[in-house]
Amino acid sequence: MSDADTPVLEVRNLTVALPQDGDRRNAVSGVSFTVKRGEIVCLVGESGSGKSVIAQAIMGLLPKTLPVASGEVLLEGEDVTKVPTERLRQLRCASMSMIFQEPMTALNPVMTCGEQIDEVLREHTALSPAERRAKTIDIFTEVALPDPERIVGSYPHQLSGGQRQRIMIAMALVLEPALLIADEPTTALDVTTQAQILELVRDLQRRHGMGVLFITHDFGVVADIAHRVAVLRLGTLVEMGDKNTVLKNPQHEYTIMLIGAVPTLKPHGRAVPADAPLVLETRQLAKTYSDRGWFSRRGEVHAADDVTLEIRRGQTLGIVGESGSGKSTVARCIVRLIDPTRGEIRIHGEDIARKPMRALREVRRKVQIVFQDPYRSLNPRRTVGEAIIEGPLNYGLPRAEALERARKLMELVRMDPAVLERYPHQFSGGQRQRICIARALAMEPELLVADEAVSALDVSVQAQVLALLEEIRERFNLAMLFITHDLRVAAQVCDRVAVMSKGKVVEYGEANEVFLRPSHEYTKALFAAAPGRDFVFGAG
Amino acid sequence: MLATIPVLVIVAVLVFLLLRITPGDPAAILAGDAASTEQIEGIRKTLGLDQPLPVQFGIWALQMVQGDLGESYYYKVRVTELIAQRIEATFSLALVTIVVAVLISVPLGVIAAWRFGGWFDRFLMGFSVFGFSVPVFIVGYLLVWLVSLKLGWLPVQGYKRIDAGLWPWIQHLVLPAITLSVIYIALIARVTRASVLEALGEDYIRTARAKGLPESRVLIKHALANAAVPIVTVIGIGIALLIGGVVVTESVYAIPGLGRLTVDAVLARDFPTIQGLILFFSLIYVGVNLLVDLSYVVFDPRIRY
Repeated sequence: MSDADTPVLEVRNLTVALPQDGDRRNAVSGVSFTVKRGEIVCLVGESGSGKSVIAQAIMGLLPKTLPVASGEVLLEGEDVTKVPTERLRQLRCASMSMIFQEPMTALNPVMTCGEQIDEVLREHTALSPAERRAKTIDIFTEVALPDPERIVGSYPHQLSGGQRQRIMIAMALVLEPALLIADEPTTALDVTTQAQILELVRDLQRRHGMGVLFITHDFGVVADIAHRVAVLRLGTLVEMGDKNTVLKNPQHEYTIMLIGAVPTLKPHGRAVPADAPLVLETRQLAKTYSDRGWFSRRGEVHAADDVTLEIRRGQTLGIVGESGSGKSTVARCIVRLIDPTRGEIRIHGEDIARKPMRALREVRRKVQIVFQDPYRSLNPRRTVGEAIIEGPLNYGLPRAEALERARKLMELVRMDPAVLERYPHQFSGGQRQRICIARALAMEPELLVADEAVSALDVSVQAQVLALLEEIRERFNLAMLFITHDLRVAAQVCDRVAVMSKGKVVEYGEANEVFLRPSHEYTKALFAAAPGRDFVFGAG
Repeated sequence: MLATIPVLVIVAVLVFLLLRITPGDPAAILAGDAASTEQIEGIRKTLGLDQPLPVQFGIWALQMVQGDLGESYYYKVRVTELIAQRIEATFSLALVTIVVAVLISVPLGVIAAWRFGGWFDRFLMGFSVFGFSVPVFIVGYLLVWLVSLKLGWLPVQGYKRIDAGLWPWIQHLVLPAITLSVIYIALIARVTRASVLEALGEDYIRTARAKGLPESRVLIKHALANAAVPIVTVIGIGIALLIGGVVVTESVYAIPGLGRLTVDAVLARDFPTIQGLILFFSLIYVGVNLLVDLSYVVFDPRIRY
């Protein structure tokens, strides 16, 4: 069937229907592209663009509610949308493999990693148990897992996120398929782990000469890994071409907008008033978790240790770090959602670190927080109006005035005040995050904590929300604590930056200093790992 | 694990007190209708029922910690011996019932989850409503009428000990076991369906399909294995309830087990036997729960105690 000239994958006029009540007719309409042997094609798009639907259509994994309406998917010349189920099953993993976004949930938690590879070999080959084990260890070694002999018997929960993604890659590649589909494989990973996984994918792709269809929303990743790029918008392909052409000279207005919305790594360099009054100071703040089992005592975890920071009125302090660095622990201590173990938290000079819950009432009004996931941080059974006015009502504001305030705030966050009667599920992620911001502002806080508040948003929406936060900070002269793992986002909003690693602040200073002249090894490593660092995006 | 001891102590005290505050005098029942007040008084003295309550409890508790549950007023033998005589029938019935229930309900639940919303799923949901709502004795008498009386395939009632041969033993247990298992099939099948359905929505199921595994393996090794903990929990509850639930079935099928013994002991106000049986039931209850908790470690490697 296949010779050197046949593309590994050819998608012709693919159309996937949406159910009747969907927000558009087709999830994907009339999409055509090819992936050649030894080539990485990036499929880029925002959420809802249909990029994952295309991946699942190729693998034959679409749910029954999303049928392929027309078109062909040729895998080495064979149309996989029309083959019988049994043939499709044989092709999976052997000719086409897929790796997924969430390494935490994509592996079976009650099966050892070795067994999960072994069942692929047992299903698709006639190897003996000893040969299968040898092959498993070989592939674990190839994806650079430490101590493969041990990992064969390990369960997924005993491994880190990066290691789990390596297991997924090993599973996908153990039969040397011609096509690898990677669906946002690094999105859930830390930036340094992401850099390693991208390197691994590129390396394996070169060594095995596979075709790779790489799905991502991140132009930084595209800049790092792609040969060719296809840009999707609402189920249609708007632009396709060579990486450098698309990134440097985009033709379609949507591509231009998307690339323009990617924040630059250059700090904004705004002048910071150094003599404004201090709003927040933490001194040697620490949070220790002691983990005790029934029969065993398992040591202590220093989630945050010796954290000393300050924020002045009108200033934004960013805490940057990877998962487990303690950045969210610090934010939660400051808001007193969790109790710090040691140290001081001063709000306007008053230490609240050990205040009992009852005495925190006044502090709660002054300090408000916006969380990462706008889908889960609003009560689905209350209207957004109720969510916004609940706090002010609780502090004694008459209902009519609270509603008036809510309406003004909705205008401020660029939403129609008429929608206060609606429920959260009727809004998009970006709209919900605006509602969350309005809710926080309704308390008229002096310190606003944004805990990864834009991380779950698409890049174009992210740019709007960041601009909104900046406008609000300036207008109300707020002090803002901005927690993020994304260096680009930090560069856009922060006046001062604290870099955290393993519970400690390793570098702390003016954003300009930290970004342009990082001094700590860890900070340098973070910058080196930022995807697309050599590419200049956006306005800067 | 140490929590079992306070549970048993509380059960002991409650049973002891409840028996003594409910009406019915064991001495009067033993003496019969024609007995005089002096005769009843005499029996009361021999049984030690004339002592103050704390003294009675003290004597019983002291025996109990030595593993002695006292002597039955009615049968005039040790309660431990009575339980030992009857235990085989009850355990046989409970065991066959739960094995039948698990063998039927788990596959049903898995298939219903796999074909979620289809005719099989709807049929199973309908059956489980039936299973929950029909009283045990109705199913029992219907089966006896149909299988034993009309068709004559199986004995109507009674029990044959296992040392009398495997076949007669099974023959006598089939109908009562099916009767008892109806409600457990409904319960376990529903929990299996819900639990497997949840597992089928997880990312690792998509991974398993992407690996090109056959659907049967996806269902059993990936979905069912991850759905095991709630299923095992409900099976454990089932076993514990069964031991208590045999009272009715043993009466319908005239099986000489612990259930019948309990009924007889209550009618005779046989205090030591009732106390002993209830303590024994609660011990089984606590023991089964403990085993279920410990089994979680086997089914989910993430759980550690």
